[in-house]
Amino acid sequence: MSEFNRWLLPEGIDELLPPQAERLETLRRNLLDLYYRWGYDLVVPPLVEYLESLLTGTGHELDLQTFKITDQLSGRLMGVRADMTPQAARIEAHRLNRAEPTRLCYLGSVLHTHIDGFAASRSPKQVGAELFGHAGVESDLEILQLVVQTLETAGIADYHLDLGHVGLFGALTEQAGLSDEQEAHLFDALQRKASAEIDTLLSEFALDSQYRRWLAGLAELNGGVEVLDDARRLLDGAGERVMSAIERVEQLANAISAYRAGLKVYFDLAELRGYHYHTGVVFAAFVPGHGQEVIRGGRYDDIGAVFGRSRPAVGFSGDLRILMALGDTPPTEDRGIFAPADADEQLNTLIANLRDQGERVIRELPGQSGEAREMRCNRRLMRRGGGWEIVPI
Amino acid sequence: MQTQTLTIALSKGRIFQDTLPLLEQAGIVPLDDPVASRKLILDTNLAHVKVVVIRAADVPTYVQYGAADLGVAGKDVLMEGGSSELYEPLDLNIARCRLMVAAPKQPRPIHGRLRIATKYVNIARDYYATKGEQVEIIKLYGAMELAPLVGLADRIVDLVETGNTLKANGLEPTETIAHISSRLVVNKAAMKMKHEPIKRLIAQLRDAVSAAKAA
Repeated sequence: MSEFNRWLLPEGIDELLPPQAERLETLRRNLLDLYYRWGYDLVVPPLVEYLESLLTGTGHELDLQTFKITDQLSGRLMGVRADMTPQAARIEAHRLNRAEPTRLCYLGSVLHTHIDGFAASRSPKQVGAELFGHAGVESDLEILQLVVQTLETAGIADYHLDLGHVGLFGALTEQAGLSDEQEAHLFDALQRKASAEIDTLLSEFALDSQYRRWLAGLAELNGGVEVLDDARRLLDGAGERVMSAIERVEQLANAISAYRAGLKVYFDLAELRGYHYHTGVVFAAFVPGHGQEVIRGGRYDDIGAVFGRSRPAVGFSGDLRILMALGDTPPTEDRGIFAPADADEQLNTLIANLRDQGERVIRELPGQSGEAREMRCNRRLMRRGGGWEIVPI
Repeated sequence: MQTQTLTIALSKGRIFQDTLPLLEQAGIVPLDDPVASRKLILDTNLAHVKVVVIRAADVPTYVQYGAADLGVAGKDVLMEGGSSELYEPLDLNIARCRLMVAAPKQPRPIHGRLRIATKYVNIARDYYATKGEQVEIIKLYGAMELAPLVGLADRIVDLVETGNTLKANGLEPTETIAHISSRLVVNKAAMKMKHEPIKRLIAQLRDAVSAAKAA
């Protein structure tokens, strides 16, 4: 490393300076207040954990995203958290162990080995909320409402919601009797909506024509609300699981549209992001001009099982920095009071009182450079007659 | 509602020339020729549709990050990139060729690991891994055919269209790794937020492709 690049940060690692750091903090407080008002309790999961508890039941992708270090005390491998959702699930299943519904929220830095996504960050500030202990559409709706509230609290006015359900693909591949390997190939092609490859794969699988038509049709089931009727028509006879999945998406779409009139909802019944741990509806929020989803989430009813307690669960998370960047959380104004360096008991008392009232008072240091304006103040304390007075600049 | 803008990423050369007739059937005609005008952003007859002209290997990047909503990329580039962060809803059936292994007609004795010269490092590694062979990959940027002649490699992995270049350099194709053609790729967020114009365009292009196949 040469002398000239000692200031360089690692790739994908960023820092925030004023006033962005203040904006981030404002948004952080606003969001945690929001979740508090909705009854979500804050948890603070640890930065590092033993790898087994961090990665159990989460799939290969998260494994590759996790930085690993050796714990010199026990000789075991630890991971730096790359996703806080499994941590929240572990806390819920193992530590809280409540019978009633549990609502948890969390906010903290996570670390990724690979840069993924538009923000090109390896250290997002993940913020999210999870609702455990209820399997009905009502809890899906509550989480989706909280997604809407989160976006609006961040000052993002123009957003689109994307709704899907991993159960269609799951039920169809299971009923068609695909092997795990076949399912993995089809999953890969379907995630890319690569119709040419899907057709090739399905003809290789030697399925009966019904299942071939159904599975090939999945890739086309995306668009406006008409998609749900298309799905019912296409998948007629595909069984109860498929039909109830479509029904569930429709119920949720109607409910969330009633909650927020004019909401832009898009349907994609082949959206399989997180298929390996999601079990029901999946959703994401998109913002124009941002090429990737801003918030993602869904239902994952089985995740607690590996910790000894399987409970239904639904939740979402996003990156606080992206929410801040896309939103209009205003920077705090220059609202300081510049106080002279004079040693004066009356002045000291006044400054203490002003600070108690929540004012930002910056004390001049003897011989310093810069005046009130440069110190981001819009007022100054001046000696008037026998006392001190606040004078606007 | 205001018409949503669409940006289409194309690469210069064969893909550009072959895509134009398809776009024309979908009612989109660029107003400039990229070679003559040297412009990188081309206006079209439709005010809300723009075409950007970039290098073939950059098309997936532009589309994945949403700098372009759609693009046309060779299957070879998509396979090599290995990203699942794009939709590939349509095989345009243009710029067709094969990705092949080629070897010298008079092979030299091979000691130890096979050395493979290619620009498709990931594809070549995966291909030989599937075959259960550990090989040494040598990344080159062009003129693969030279590598076996000067003893840099034992085999090459490259696109083969007519096979004439191979033949002229004393090589012959031995195995086909994949059939290649160009795909329409779509940004995932654009597919959701601009689904009406994009689905319409996909449908029009699909018709154009089947018409071209029938012709």
